[in-house]
Amino acid sequence: MNRKFLLPVVIFAAIAVAFAVGLTLDSKRLPSALIDKPAPRFDLPPIAAVNSGEPYGSGFSSRDLIDRVTLVNVFASWCGPCRVEHPQLMSLSRDHGVPIFGINQKDKPEDAQAWLERHGDPYLAIGADTLGRISIDWGVYGVPETFVVDTAGRIRYRHVGPIMPRDITRTILPMVAELMP
Amino acid sequence: MIAELGHFSLVLAFVLALVQGILPLAGAHRQAAERDDGGWISLAGPAALGQFMFIALAFAALTALFVSTDFSVMVVAANSNSTLPLIYKISAVWGHHEGSMVLWVLILALFGLCVVLFGSNLPTIFRARVLGIQGLISSGFLFFMLLTSNPFARLVPAPADGRDLNPLLQDPGLAFHPPFLYVGYVGFSMAFSFAIAALMEGRVDAAWARWVRPWTLAAWCSLTLGIAMGSWWAYYELGWGGFWFWDPVENASLIPWLVGTALLHSAIVVEKRNALKSWTVLLAILAFSFSLIGTFLVRSGVLTSVHAFATDPARGVFILILLVAVIGGSLALYARRAPTLTGGGLFSPVSREGTLLLNNLLLTAAAATVLLGTLYPLFLDAVGGPKVSVGPPFFNATFLPLMAPMVVVMAVGPFLSWKRSDLSGAFSKLYAALGLAVLTTLAAWYFHRGGPVLALVALLAAAWLLFATLAEFADRLQLFRAPWQESLERACKLPRAAYGMTLAHAGLALVIAGATGASLWREEHIQSSFPGNSVRVGAYEITLEGVHQLKGPNYVANQAQFTVHHDGRRVAFLKPEKRVYSVSATPTTEAAIHTTWLGDLYAVIGGPAKDSDGGGSWITRLFFTPLAVWMWIGSLVMVAGGLLSLSDRRLRVGAPRHRKGINGGRVAA
Repeated sequence: MNRKFLLPVVIFAAIAVAFAVGLTLDSKRLPSALIDKPAPRFDLPPIAAVNSGEPYGSGFSSRDLIDRVTLVNVFASWCGPCRVEHPQLMSLSRDHGVPIFGINQKDKPEDAQAWLERHGDPYLAIGADTLGRISIDWGVYGVPETFVVDTAGRIRYRHVGPIMPRDITRTILPMVAELMP
Repeated sequence: MIAELGHFSLVLAFVLALVQGILPLAGAHRQAAERDDGGWISLAGPAALGQFMFIALAFAALTALFVSTDFSVMVVAANSNSTLPLIYKISAVWGHHEGSMVLWVLILALFGLCVVLFGSNLPTIFRARVLGIQGLISSGFLFFMLLTSNPFARLVPAPADGRDLNPLLQDPGLAFHPPFLYVGYVGFSMAFSFAIAALMEGRVDAAWARWVRPWTLAAWCSLTLGIAMGSWWAYYELGWGGFWFWDPVENASLIPWLVGTALLHSAIVVEKRNALKSWTVLLAILAFSFSLIGTFLVRSGVLTSVHAFATDPARGVFILILLVAVIGGSLALYARRAPTLTGGGLFSPVSREGTLLLNNLLLTAAAATVLLGTLYPLFLDAVGGPKVSVGPPFFNATFLPLMAPMVVVMAVGPFLSWKRSDLSGAFSKLYAALGLAVLTTLAAWYFHRGGPVLALVALLAAAWLLFATLAEFADRLQLFRAPWQESLERACKLPRAAYGMTLAHAGLALVIAGATGASLWREEHIQSSFPGNSVRVGAYEITLEGVHQLKGPNYVANQAQFTVHHDGRRVAFLKPEKRVYSVSATPTTEAAIHTTWLGDLYAVIGGPAKDSDGGGSWITRLFFTPLAVWMWIGSLVMVAGGLLSLSDRRLRVGAPRHRKGINGGRVAA
């Protein structure tokens, strides 16, 4: 058999293997280099004032994460999946009493404030990451992403993409309960 | 009841597809060994007919469910709404995964039916093999649908109203883009089946090439139109004035197009010169394989993309198995049988065959780079690398340098004769074309100062291709050299395929010119404007008159009014909208476009710009995209060329096999 005629089938086999591996990778469960490492240190300002009003809250810094199990949620008003995720965040904070902090990524203050007014505010405090610098420190690929941080301020779990109702009962709440002292 | 009827039809179609896939192939094998009286192979036709009827029935049932908005059916509840306009209720039939698969197998079965109806000139055993392979592909897809994506699944209890069709799909351009794309994808399955049947028989000859060509040409026309429609949709709907984003799903349609274009041309070499046989068979296999991979990429969620409206990794495993069976199986057969396909005609590098082969290589290399760029993130991910995305810079840096020599060669190729030719003779006929192309480029530079040098290079290439194509046409008619009566007579005698080539090549030149202008010379103005403010864009003065609220059937919108003045005269009104669809709360942008031969004025309204003092101003985006309209005109010209060539006598059923061209054997492509 002439070897050159085998080439197409060999190349296709390589592509098929890559597809197979690609299928087994769950794009939602990206490993984070920061798992079990202390959360990065940061001090984010509040969402800026709009139309000579007050700034929104008092900002969010790494000191807020000490001595309690918390969720840190990266969101933006321009992000469609965040809208999908929002009712679940409201339920987590209101019905389950989980403290949630927000990192508002690359957003306009007026858009962010309008968004919170319209859909409700589940966050204990929100930091405005206007340039996306702090999100990079957290290793965020895209919004929304959510981190579970333990009482020692270490990142223990990372959720990529919107939190869906079943994620609350299957992952987030068991995780929070386990980490409680 | 209708849903159950549809489901049952699909099951019956699956059974018939199995019959069509197994018995005729087995029968052909037995008859080749002279152990059969032809009973099994005669099953192929009736099975194909029955399969088509039952799939058509299932498709009709699904359409009926969407038109009557029966929310007890899951896909209707998920993709329709009582307020949806009727036309989108119909296009919603294929606006989601399940329905688009029904459309896919419907078109596949339709092609099978066409083989039965128009394939009477094919040898019986060969036709049975072709239909058998079609049946196997079809049964694979029907099995996939019945197991993982039943379009007729019920939803209990039925919701009061549906979740509405994705607002991006509620658009005439995108509503009818998938059918054309699918006819293109699935049409390549014909070339594939012909190639596999030929490998089974171990014979590829001029007659084979003549059988394959019309199917490939029809698929190519439809795919060209589908891609152009998708690009046009992206241009006016996404609101950025761009028309091609090198998105994985766009690439998935471009790769089969590139390979299919190569196949069209190499089939000519097989037909005329009995050469490049195993290469042509490989292209036929690859064109359909890439169509399948395109389907896989869109449907499996392996690659994420803005276009992938229905993704589900669970289905991916099944499609992957299907891919390995179809592509892996056919390439393995190719590896086994291709060495036996010995070519006849030898040719020198400088010849018609030589340029066709060169362009074949450039087209497939381009397809390979696009494939590499599309899959690279996946490969990197598979070996544990970081998640990356490959963007337009990669494609522009690799794809365009391959296309540039292709355009140069494309202009020269038709001047060369088969077998052996000399370049100086060809070039002596091209001086005028080169001169005109340079003049055009200089004129463009004079009227449009500034802009990147690349734009002028690309424009030179487009003008070169256009004028060289016209020169070749004039040369064929002996225009300006012979008396005009003789030229006219020659024009009448010229085969339609020759007109087809001229049109298709000229169309590509127009597309290149349009794409160059619309991307490299695009002018862009983003500002916040109060009503009454004017912006100067190109030679136009655009004034925002006001913004008001508007209520559509299933959305609310902010509509802006712009007046456009040119030289103090009012030439147009532009009314772009920002819509918010009520059910899904998704905003969409409806750009307003004023088209002229020289360029499009393109207006988009954003949100209110709140941070300004007092409020009342709006974010507006205004673009001038030079030559944009020529992309769409050029695409249509290309399709017209393909259709004209398709109507050529020599490809029609029952036509005599050999017909001498008037230029002494220089019969056109």
